[in-house]
Amino acid sequence: MFLYYIALPFIAALLLSLFSRPHSKTFHPGWLVAIIPFVLFILFLTHSSGISEGQPLASLTNWIPSMGIQLSFYLDGLSLLFTLLITGIGFLVVLYSIFYLSKKENLINFYIYLLLFMGSMLGLVMSDNLFVLYTFWEFTSISSFLLIGFWSHRARSVYGALKSMMITVFGGLSMLGGFLLLWIATDTTSIREIISQKEELMASPLFTAILLLVLVGAFTKSAQFPFHTWLPDAMEAPTPVSAYLHSATMVKAGIYLVARLSLLFTGSDLFFLCVSGFGLVTLCWGSFMAVRQTDLKGILAFSTISQLGMIMAMLGFGSEAAIFAAVFHIFNHATFKGCLFMVAGIVDHETGTRDIRKLGGLMTFMPITATLAFFGTFSMAGFPLPIFNGFLSKEMFFDASLQTAAPSGLAKQAAPLFPYLAVLGSIFTFVYSMHLFFGTFRGKVQLDRLEKKPHEAPFGMLIPPFLLVCFIVVIGVLPNLINERLLAPAAGSIAGNPIHIHVAFWHGIKLPLIMSLIVVAAGALLSLFKRYWESIYLYLPGKLSADKAYQALLNSLLRGAKKTTSSYMTGSLSLYLAIIVLFLVCVTAGMMAATGGFAFSMADLSPVKWAEAITGFAMLLAAVATIFMKRRIAAVIVIGVVGYGLALLFVLFRAPDLALTQLIIETVTVVLFLLCFSHLPVMKPNSKPLRSKVADVLISLAAGTLITLVAISSHSSKWFQPISDYFVKTSYSLGGGKNIVNVILVDFRGLDTMFEITVLGLAALGIYGMIKIRLRKKGGMEQ
Amino acid sequence: MEILMCILGGALFAAGIYLLLQRQLLRIILGTALVSHGAHLLILTMGKLNRGAPPVLNEGIQHYTDPLPQALILTSIVISFGVTSFLLVLAYRAYQKNNTDMMDQLRGTEDE
Repeated sequence: MFLYYIALPFIAALLLSLFSRPHSKTFHPGWLVAIIPFVLFILFLTHSSGISEGQPLASLTNWIPSMGIQLSFYLDGLSLLFTLLITGIGFLVVLYSIFYLSKKENLINFYIYLLLFMGSMLGLVMSDNLFVLYTFWEFTSISSFLLIGFWSHRARSVYGALKSMMITVFGGLSMLGGFLLLWIATDTTSIREIISQKEELMASPLFTAILLLVLVGAFTKSAQFPFHTWLPDAMEAPTPVSAYLHSATMVKAGIYLVARLSLLFTGSDLFFLCVSGFGLVTLCWGSFMAVRQTDLKGILAFSTISQLGMIMAMLGFGSEAAIFAAVFHIFNHATFKGCLFMVAGIVDHETGTRDIRKLGGLMTFMPITATLAFFGTFSMAGFPLPIFNGFLSKEMFFDASLQTAAPSGLAKQAAPLFPYLAVLGSIFTFVYSMHLFFGTFRGKVQLDRLEKKPHEAPFGMLIPPFLLVCFIVVIGVLPNLINERLLAPAAGSIAGNPIHIHVAFWHGIKLPLIMSLIVVAAGALLSLFKRYWESIYLYLPGKLSADKAYQALLNSLLRGAKKTTSSYMTGSLSLYLAIIVLFLVCVTAGMMAATGGFAFSMADLSPVKWAEAITGFAMLLAAVATIFMKRRIAAVIVIGVVGYGLALLFVLFRAPDLALTQLIIETVTVVLFLLCFSHLPVMKPNSKPLRSKVADVLISLAAGTLITLVAISSHSSKWFQPISDYFVKTSYSLGGGKNIVNVILVDFRGLDTMFEITVLGLAALGIYGMIKIRLRKKGGMEQ
Repeated sequence: MEILMCILGGALFAAGIYLLLQRQLLRIILGTALVSHGAHLLILTMGKLNRGAPPVLNEGIQHYTDPLPQALILTSIVISFGVTSFLLVLAYRAYQKNNTDMMDQLRGTEDE
């Protein structure tokens, strides 16, 4: 059943691609596309009552049965929360894009990419199979790449798309490594079955490697420090894409992965330290860097990084309250950040710039947008009023940071630091939120620096952010509205047992409230006196930024690859040949030595006869002599000796047909050589330096020795009966001929002979062509 | 005898490969000829040497030498003749056009 849900966006994308005729002037395809997420949203919503009662749904289809890989989908509380976000925000984003993207854009492509992304994301959050999950994971990376690079004529878009792809696919591969180890350790690919084997896995020596590899995957996708550097560059995407992928859904895939597997990893010191530690560092660094940005979307990008760090940290804390707060914040973040991205898009759309230094005082021009932004930013800042959902989850975060579920040892010692980091990160969050709102909508108007005269956005563009603001306020006022239906089941499926927490605005004067007040006070002070301490940004990220590290790494990688390639791709064919021969010798010799292929047996040999031995010896001398010949004619004669010697051997070894053919061919070849050679340049002495001469000798000797050894081994070991007896027996009865070799050629293996003739014909055509070209050119010159 | 022939085949290969590694096109062509001679000899040796009469059916003869390698070699001789003559004309044409038959001077352009 879920297979169809997931297939729906893919099928829609396929159908859409059929309609890729030139854009129509009257109809925006977004209206059609919007139906898909809406229908899916309703469908998923109908399952919510069953799931909140603790009845997860599953569906299963065989995909690669030989490897135990099934399209196994599973809908529990956690998946349901994500599917609702994906389809719900997806619907609003499509709606928003209808007004944001003009009909002149390549809309069909845009919506195909968007639908592909939606389908992959749904598959990702519902997969119960590791490898199916991985497949969808990479699909989201690819569709994100396509969406970021949608305006492919801009160099920055292409750069951002490539960067996000490189980093997330690198993480994806690392995650695949972790999944393979998980598979090896547990012998199952089903996530639910793996979690049921937690005890054995914790004791497994692979546990640390699995944990680290999987976390690298999650951290790259969710833009955790130091992998966060792709997210700000991904803001080159059209704003609906940023709102959808890079704040509400895709970047939460890493969070989802950690949440999904946290049952497996909880209790491990390493998990606690890594996830909480990196989460808090990301929270602080992201919010600190956000204050510095001048681009509205840049601020939002770093803000997203920091908020993702906060959610990650809560998953790391591991206590029930923390997990519930994480789920709550996943939802709240999607509402206020989605809204703010749409607001940033509106400002961009109506003023022509997103540079906060040029903006200001827009409140008077666009009051509705400003109101929406007010709710978004103040909710993000965690302002303590009961109309902002962001405050509720922020306070639960403070509460959780005070009572972590640190397993033991080092983790217990690190845990007391966490509340300080949480407050520090939140102070900067407050500062950039205020900066974002007041910098854009209050202060002095600079009309001369704007590209167009600002005015309020069209009605349709305001509806999606307005709906999100409704959520902000309604959840702020009535936080328990979605609690039992949505949040509690999601938190329950992360923790493995039901979690029921009543969300309330007022808890009395307790430590979390005091922390919130400190944040507001310190944040307000820092905002007011921002220009006095801003110069710190000149020194602090400096050369230490992750962006610079990425650049340096990429450059050295490219340089290294170029160096390696040019070290052997010199353009010298004889070097290539030497490498090929050497490789062949090493692989064959190594393989035969490893499998015991070399054999030597003196049994079953025919006696040595003088005539044969002398002929062979003459051939040997002639073959060696070809190397030293200084004149063309001598070389041709000496090679003729080898050929005629071979013909003589054929006679002695009772192969009359071969002898005849060899004699004729050899004669023709020698004639051909003699015909050609007067046109060829004289033999030049071997001009190679001594060192490469020695290398050539060694390589050819090694190859010759190996071939001798292979021949002797093949002669000395008998694995099966030769099939020649069949030909001897049936040559006359089936082929009607007494010369067995001839019968084989024209009858039993007739097809071979036909293709042989084809090859000869092609060679003849080639020769004819090459000579003909010359004639024509000469003729042309004479004219 | 088989062992001796194996050694001879290996020697033909060694000489042929050495010639293949040279810079002059003419020597490379000679090298291919030597390598194919070596291959033919080895194929023949694989089928055992001097066991019975030539593979032409005759009354009263029970044992024939293995006909299958001979059929394979026959095909191969003809093919290698085609290859050698093609290479010869190619070398001739390359020399006509570029005025050299040294491989290191026939490298092509930089951005190839």
